[in-house]
Amino acid sequence: MATQNRPLSPHLQVYRLPLTALMSITHRITGVGLTFGTLLLAWWVTAASYGKPEFEQVQAFLGSWIGLTLLLGFSFALFFHLCNGLRHLFWDFGRYFELHETRRADVFVLIGAAALTAATWVMVW
Amino acid sequence: MTSNSSSFRSPLGRVRGLGSAKGGTHHWWLQRLTAIALIPLTMWLVASIVTLSGASYDAFILWFGQPANATVMILFLGVAFHHAQLGMQVVIEDYVSRHAWRVTLNVLVKFACYGLATLTIVSILTIAFGA
Repeated sequence: MATQNRPLSPHLQVYRLPLTALMSITHRITGVGLTFGTLLLAWWVTAASYGKPEFEQVQAFLGSWIGLTLLLGFSFALFFHLCNGLRHLFWDFGRYFELHETRRADVFVLIGAAALTAATWVMVW
Repeated sequence: MTSNSSSFRSPLGRVRGLGSAKGGTHHWWLQRLTAIALIPLTMWLVASIVTLSGASYDAFILWFGQPANATVMILFLGVAFHHAQLGMQVVIEDYVSRHAWRVTLNVLVKFACYGLATLTIVSILTIAFGA
């Protein structure tokens, strides 16, 4: 059909996404990830209420390489969502919408999330 | 509100498909309110986990045996699962176009979030009262 040859307006796959846009979708991805991450927290807390052997089973899993990798991802997702969420709260008040301000906030959020993640793991070690 | 007497359409028929049921602001506001509450609660949870990371079972039980710790943990769990449900609802509504799937997924997320919130809160209470 002729209608299929009509030019389409460019969509997501055509544009090179700016950092702010990538961070916007990362906010959602980390949010969904954190929802599933709370399953770990729920497992930890519930196991502890059942007793010592159940709790130590969870501790052993969390101390394994899979567990530690999950926790590393969980902690970074948490701090990213926290820092970027703060920026969203500023946006809700109509602040920091200018391009140079969003670029500066991108850097703040990324450095903040990385620093908080690193600080947490240094304290655990 | 005066109804148009020349119209044979029912009030429901007139508003159907027009969108707002005046529920959006409430959702938006609760998402922000839970987000603000989660800032200190999350910082507290991270500090607690750091404290408890190398700790034994007994230390864990003792920690949540303290009423203040149990209270803040219960607040965190209630608010966090509520915030998760609100956020997941927005994601589902944005990306799932089939109406039946959208409704089904949202109901399942609600059941899961409030079920897990209840389970974890009861677990903390069990530890708090048993310690």
